[in-house]
Amino acid sequence: MTGVRTTPFHPRLSELNDQGLYTHWQGTLSPLRYTHAPKHEYFAVRNSVGVFDTSPLYKYVVTGPDAERLLARALVRDVTTCRPGQAQYTCWCDDGGHVMHDGVVFRHSADEFFLTAARPTLSWFQELGSGLRVELEDVTEGYGMLAVQGPRSRQVLSTLMPEAETLGYFDHVPVKVADTAATLSRTGYTGDLGFELTVPDEKAVDVLDAVLAAGQGHGIRPFGEEALMTLRIEAGLALIDIEWHDARLAMSDAHKVTPKELGFGWMLRGVRDGSRRFVGSEAVRRELVDGTSRWLTTGIVVDWADWDRLYRDAGLFPPKSEHPLPYESMILDDDRIEVGYCTSFVYSPVLQRHIGIARVRPDLAADGTELRLELAVNHHNTTVRVRTTKMPFFDPARKKG
Amino acid sequence: MSEEDMSTHEYDAIVVGGGHNGLTHAAYLAKAGLRTLVLEKNGDVGGAAITEELLPGFQFTTFSYALSLLRPEIIHELDLVEHGFLPLMMPSSFHPTGDGDYLLFGDDHQANLQEIRRHSPRDADAYERYHFDLDRVCQAIRPLFDNPPPNLWSKDPEDAVDVKWLVDHLGSVDRKTMHDVVRLLTGSASDWLDDYFEHEAIKGYHASSSIIGSKVGPMSPGSGLVLLFHKMGEHDGHLGSWAFHKGGNGGFTQVLNRAAQAYGAEVRLGAHVTDLITQEGRAVGVALEDGTEFRAPVVVSALDPRRTFLDLCDPRELPLDLVDNIRRMKFRGVSAKVNFALDGLPVFPALPDTVDHYGGFLNIGPTIEYVERAFDAAKYGWYSDQPFIDAAIQSVVDPDMAPPGKHVMSCFVQYAPYELKDSDWDTERDTFGDKAQAVLESHFPGFGDLVLHREVVTPVDIEARTGLTEGNIFAGEFLAPQMYFFRPAPGWSQYATPVEGYYQCGSGTHPGGCVIGSPGRLASHRVLRDLAR
Repeated sequence: MTGVRTTPFHPRLSELNDQGLYTHWQGTLSPLRYTHAPKHEYFAVRNSVGVFDTSPLYKYVVTGPDAERLLARALVRDVTTCRPGQAQYTCWCDDGGHVMHDGVVFRHSADEFFLTAARPTLSWFQELGSGLRVELEDVTEGYGMLAVQGPRSRQVLSTLMPEAETLGYFDHVPVKVADTAATLSRTGYTGDLGFELTVPDEKAVDVLDAVLAAGQGHGIRPFGEEALMTLRIEAGLALIDIEWHDARLAMSDAHKVTPKELGFGWMLRGVRDGSRRFVGSEAVRRELVDGTSRWLTTGIVVDWADWDRLYRDAGLFPPKSEHPLPYESMILDDDRIEVGYCTSFVYSPVLQRHIGIARVRPDLAADGTELRLELAVNHHNTTVRVRTTKMPFFDPARKKG
Repeated sequence: MSEEDMSTHEYDAIVVGGGHNGLTHAAYLAKAGLRTLVLEKNGDVGGAAITEELLPGFQFTTFSYALSLLRPEIIHELDLVEHGFLPLMMPSSFHPTGDGDYLLFGDDHQANLQEIRRHSPRDADAYERYHFDLDRVCQAIRPLFDNPPPNLWSKDPEDAVDVKWLVDHLGSVDRKTMHDVVRLLTGSASDWLDDYFEHEAIKGYHASSSIIGSKVGPMSPGSGLVLLFHKMGEHDGHLGSWAFHKGGNGGFTQVLNRAAQAYGAEVRLGAHVTDLITQEGRAVGVALEDGTEFRAPVVVSALDPRRTFLDLCDPRELPLDLVDNIRRMKFRGVSAKVNFALDGLPVFPALPDTVDHYGGFLNIGPTIEYVERAFDAAKYGWYSDQPFIDAAIQSVVDPDMAPPGKHVMSCFVQYAPYELKDSDWDTERDTFGDKAQAVLESHFPGFGDLVLHREVVTPVDIEARTGLTEGNIFAGEFLAPQMYFFRPAPGWSQYATPVEGYYQCGSGTHPGGCVIGSPGRLASHRVLRDLAR
């Protein structure tokens, strides 16, 4: 071992980090925060512009005349509707129709795709592609990916690349920045107006410097994983190993989750009528037809008055922490029967509410259902009133506008 | 007047004054279904919580400039997030210590302890104990803060229930905390801080909130009360923590304006109410300066107590002791604003390569002695030669407040007494601005070269523009005899007045002032309860 891997942006970003707090995201050094105040980094994204180093994602280039056939066979979303210059957030399943990983597929041409993945997945795609005229290459180290997110991201990037001005939601375009050919996409993981720049690793720092310089006077700052967690929960975005686990590595059925159960039902066009087939699609089709989903995913919003009362009655100040809870809590009904579980939970500063991503019994998933969330106050298990709600919790018009 | 004209001038309730408490109050009344009219004398709502573009692209928070005391239940009950409520975190707090060094606090408690230890190892655990003790006091006070003061002098059984509630609550507070409460309410911030800290600048840092808006020095009895009041605020559950609202405090009152109108309240601007109209001793409407009349069985004044009782209504209709109390009530404004448009960020010599210390308040009052000396002049009718300054460069946190690379700096400056001995504020305005700027220059050399525009707002200007008597930012000083049961006057602390149908909801009622909203909210409970009877 030669020490933990770093990203192409690390030489510069580490200079901007006065905390020295890192996790090992995908075996790669990834900052929890850059300053003492991750919430300030969060507000950069919600009120000005922030940059996040998303390079640790796995990246694959898929090329060849059968590239689309392979991806259509592998991916849950219909990749044949993804035209060159477009991108799709998608996932893939095991044979039993349970979600393995998620990622974003970028289509560059009829027979060339770029796929990001939360987990290493090369052999799985290679095996699916055997016999097809398709090449798969792991280019994870070859590129840095820089997310530039927030209401001012377009204004800042437009000074470097005019393409940013008009780029549509989930579209991408080749750009030149800092004398470097890069890909600009209108993608991100914050639920806000935002972009990602995919750049060759050796030029990554140059591109980063150009972006930071363009952001001067606009409140630009790098943000770490702590800020990202709050942002992505507000955006209602699922995260592997929190909202679900790779089905192929799950030891029990309870640890597996179907796309429908995970809230990805919107990806399943053409599955119910059998017009589209991919790995696991038959199991998913049966689930849809027979209505056998065990759970549905919903947002939950905490009743603020009940939250405050619980803590005040216990002699405590009601906590409003933008740091997500690191554990799962049960969802109960009024009879204190377990009817689901909450996978992510946080106080949202922009919404001034505690929110959570939860999985509940399908009959309780309708918007506005009154339920209870288990929590411990003064070392005593109790419940707080919550109400189911549609996600995203935070969905500004600028995100897609 | 035709019948149609009459009907458009008739409402269920009229709120006089579109400051934040008036708007909050109107939103609650409208939400409850009352046809509610807000009459604001100025060209926009907001009162003393406004944002003005004095130079193109530069947003000035003319008067109040940050948010903390706003009661969280108002955010939820009025769905303010739906209407754009967005409090931005102030990530730091900066206090030059006067000797070239500084105290810099941030969001990391452990790092803050190290910062204290850098100056005084002994004060590090004192800092934790200090905040714990203050938190306990705030916890004890909070129920009093968020409920109307019980009426001690009433014979009504309902009032007796409230009195018993209060007595029971006070009985539940432990001995030490109760003692701390009394020490704070009656004593000086200096004495209180001496019990914890040894380092003069650390004491100075904590004493800054003890004099805001008040004609006291940190060594004066009564400064403890001002310190405690400010600690009662919170931001996202952090006690004593402040935020910048998106677009400044004017951005916040625009949120309230939208909320009130969304609930159905009507807001008329440029409508200067001069008189309460009464019939047989009860309120029936108001008259504007131009003679226009509006009718409603409920009239609520969001103005300060002087204007509520002595200007809008005829004092001869009021009990003599009330009139006496309101005439005696202290409104001695001592605060000014000096607001700047800056060409760039100032440089603090000890921190030349970073700007992270500009994320929140810049507290220019190095030690208690410095601030007390600044106070001395005010006792004799003059302004400080070296004033205390609480500054905030809001554009650091909210880039929409100034063009890219430029900044707005809002400076709260004390002391500047409303009445000057042998002079007036028109004569002294610029000299006073120069004094404030000279203090900034002494801490941030080269500051003057950055100044693109300077606005000096004296207590006389505050009074002229917002109507706050003598420019007192709290609509009545924070003095023990003017708080709780006695705000604004003994027997009249529950938002009603001696005139039936006439109510008060401004910052001069409990638990105002500051941008708090609670007087507006609690007064709405009173009005709605009376209407239901």
